[in-house]
Amino acid sequence: MNKVDILIIGGGSAGLAAAVSAYDAGLRDILILEKDRFLGGILNQCIHPGFGLTEFREQLTGPEYAERFINEVERRHIRYELDTMVMAMTPDKEVTYSNAQQGLVTVKATTVILATGCYERNAGSIALPGDRPSGVITAGLAQRYLNIDGYLVGKSVFILGSGDIGLIMARRMTLEGAKVLGVAEIMPYSNGLNRNIVQCLVDYDIPLYLSHTVTRIIGKRKLEKIIISQVDEKFAPIPGTEREFEVDTLLLSIGLIPSNELLDKLGVPTDKTKGAIVDQNLQTNIPGVFSCGNVLHVHDLVDFVSAEGKIAGKMAAKFVTNPIKTLENQIKVLPQEGISYVVPQRVDPNRIYGPIEFKFRVNKPRNNVFFVISQGETILKRAFHQVAIPSEMINVVLPATTVIDPNMPIIVTVKERQ
Amino acid sequence: MHDIVILGAGVIGAFIARELSRFQLDILVLDQENDVGNFTSMANSALIHSGYDPEPGTLKALLNVRGNAMYDTVCDELDVTFRRIGSLTVTTKEEELSVLKQLQERGRRNGVETFIISAEEIRQKEPQLAHDVKYALYAPSAGIIDPFELVVNCMENAIDNGVKLSLNEKVTAIKPIDGGYQVTTSKDVHHGKIIINATGVNADLVSEMVAPNKFSIKPRKGSYFVFDHFDNNFLKHIIFPVPDERGKGIVVTSSYSYNYLVGPNSNYIDDREDLGTDRDTMEFIKQSALRLVPKLPFDKVIRTFSGLRATPNTGDFIIEPLTDHPCFINVAGIESPGLASAPAIGVYVVNQYVSKLIELRPKVDFNPRIRPLYRFSHMSEKAINDLIKKDKRFGHLVCRCEMVSEGHIIDALSRSCPPHSIKAVKKRTRAGFGRCQGGFCQPLVLKILADHYGVNEQDVLYDAESTFILAEATKGGGAHE
Repeated sequence: MNKVDILIIGGGSAGLAAAVSAYDAGLRDILILEKDRFLGGILNQCIHPGFGLTEFREQLTGPEYAERFINEVERRHIRYELDTMVMAMTPDKEVTYSNAQQGLVTVKATTVILATGCYERNAGSIALPGDRPSGVITAGLAQRYLNIDGYLVGKSVFILGSGDIGLIMARRMTLEGAKVLGVAEIMPYSNGLNRNIVQCLVDYDIPLYLSHTVTRIIGKRKLEKIIISQVDEKFAPIPGTEREFEVDTLLLSIGLIPSNELLDKLGVPTDKTKGAIVDQNLQTNIPGVFSCGNVLHVHDLVDFVSAEGKIAGKMAAKFVTNPIKTLENQIKVLPQEGISYVVPQRVDPNRIYGPIEFKFRVNKPRNNVFFVISQGETILKRAFHQVAIPSEMINVVLPATTVIDPNMPIIVTVKERQ
Repeated sequence: MHDIVILGAGVIGAFIARELSRFQLDILVLDQENDVGNFTSMANSALIHSGYDPEPGTLKALLNVRGNAMYDTVCDELDVTFRRIGSLTVTTKEEELSVLKQLQERGRRNGVETFIISAEEIRQKEPQLAHDVKYALYAPSAGIIDPFELVVNCMENAIDNGVKLSLNEKVTAIKPIDGGYQVTTSKDVHHGKIIINATGVNADLVSEMVAPNKFSIKPRKGSYFVFDHFDNNFLKHIIFPVPDERGKGIVVTSSYSYNYLVGPNSNYIDDREDLGTDRDTMEFIKQSALRLVPKLPFDKVIRTFSGLRATPNTGDFIIEPLTDHPCFINVAGIESPGLASAPAIGVYVVNQYVSKLIELRPKVDFNPRIRPLYRFSHMSEKAINDLIKKDKRFGHLVCRCEMVSEGHIIDALSRSCPPHSIKAVKKRTRAGFGRCQGGFCQPLVLKILADHYGVNEQDVLYDAESTFILAEATKGGGAHE
């Protein structure tokens, strides 16, 4: 059986960054497996600008951003296989993949970095009520058809969910000549970045219906119209608030879910994020298996995905030179009321190699709040935020010098400023 | 003039066609959909009932038990996924033990072996069942099947044995002519000496085109949840509540693909094309299922759907010629247990009626088997690699949720009952059936279809005629690669 030091599953933004950083940490035996025919992942279909402000301090499009990392991978002669799908993985890190040239291949990896990204929540997963005609399509799929394949999926469009892809597509389809009639968001606030609300909806006079959802799909074969209704605090539709829109397309931008099936099949524990539970080194409960990027938790910005990929690459490299047999004595990280999740979910106090970055989200919009990272009575870090909204990830970094009690959980709380 | 024209290419039409394809006959099958098995046959519980439930002496009882017994052979010949996992009909009420005993007695009269088991045995068999379950009727012969593959492979076998199939033909008129009938459809005119009406929820309307009916069909809608793969051993049996007058109740079951399935409710409706779902019904189904299996993870639902049962006003299957029309045979009102009964219905129609109308000379070259499918899960790594060496496309995976290769899709397209739409590919290969619901594979499947049929990508259909996925090419677009 072939062996490899670092096997990276997924050649998108997380996987590419992981590969570069593993290489720069001194590793050479690295293999990236990518299911598509290009490296770069979903960035290839994100032709709008807005990428790279943190990573490169300039404004790039998705393909430009991807190209920077692809060039780094090429420059280092890191091996990759395209059009290659990973079919199975064992707890011993034997990974079986397939492609047309090699057929089924099994490699034994010292470390595996899972960087498989996420998929879109769809009509099935929210039990969208009404008929099931053609014309109901996820926003990212419509984006692919438009930006990669060159086709508009419809001319008269409504969008359910104010996730960023939906907002970007509202503008994109408008520019291609489609009429976008509105966006409905079930929450009383938008789930997209503020800049996207302004640049993609407000600038094009596309109405945003907050606290509204689609309550009926109409059309036996092809979509004919949709009904939206206002919802109450429990998200139940309010009778009498129905509005009808005649459309040929309903785009769904209702959330992204980590594509964590390889780890799910191994029974690796997951969090509310639907990604794996990891420690600060992004290691799962299987020593040598790391998870990063949108398969770990869905990020707002690709820059943060790359940053996370770099940590995974560096930690995998460390594992190769200094393998760990078992992961013991990790302490839990416990988000308190008001915080929907925290990554990492564990801290390994014996393997702290640098600052620890906690990433989390509030479960509703808040103003003037402190985020507090603590252990018992000891406050490890406090951070003040004037505005905190669920669609914007909060990062709080503990310096490497922080003294962590190896016997107490770490608590993450949010408190209003008194 | 064809010897036989079968109206409807659902599971019933398919089994009748296959049964008749054993003989030297000219057979045409018509269907209004753009695929076989594209209505009731694809939206049901996919269960092969054991047969304890139907009233003894009815056609339902007779054909269910006979059909169930045929499935091992049928699925071997047609290469269809089928597992006899057995069913448990459970009750939480002491007083319903008597109902289970009645069902057991009915089963005995129908010739179906069942056992009444205690709470302790139930717990052993199914630890996930609600703890207040007291008794269960265990029917080992009940099974789960791939309903899509069943109809497609059955029709493929019929076509391999000489049957002709024409899709997208909705019957608009039927009139008696000298020596047979003239069938007018939305597309063409056909003539047959014998007409077999297997048009499901529309069977009464189609029959009425010839002469007044003695029966009517009123569809009963049932909705379902489909779960993502999570734990193949979460449930090992088909779990029914005690049936009531409206039917067998909300079933919780594994499926051929290990996607748990929950449903259906039962609602009479007027609109014979209404496959919609609604919030209240789905909530009712969810709550009913949770009463039986409290830990069912509803956050793992990947799909909801509805199907219609072709419920007749007679209470039993209607398999007989129309009055004064011995050559117009209705096979109507085939509601549950229709899927379980289907192979037996095929045989029954041939032996009971067709054999008395036309001479049946066996075909010497009849082949009961289809060309085997390429099932990676049943193949060794070496066998898979040999296949990929012969055809590289089997190494190129298209659907990552269900691990479907380009080769599998090409193979489906090269068969004699090929898919013509994204949905038809999905039914045959499972590409698009997984958690992302086609989010990643649809553009790839679309391109394979376009290439195979030599059409523009814009002309590829999702399902029925005119259900295009792509509306128009953009400026300079549509010309990638």
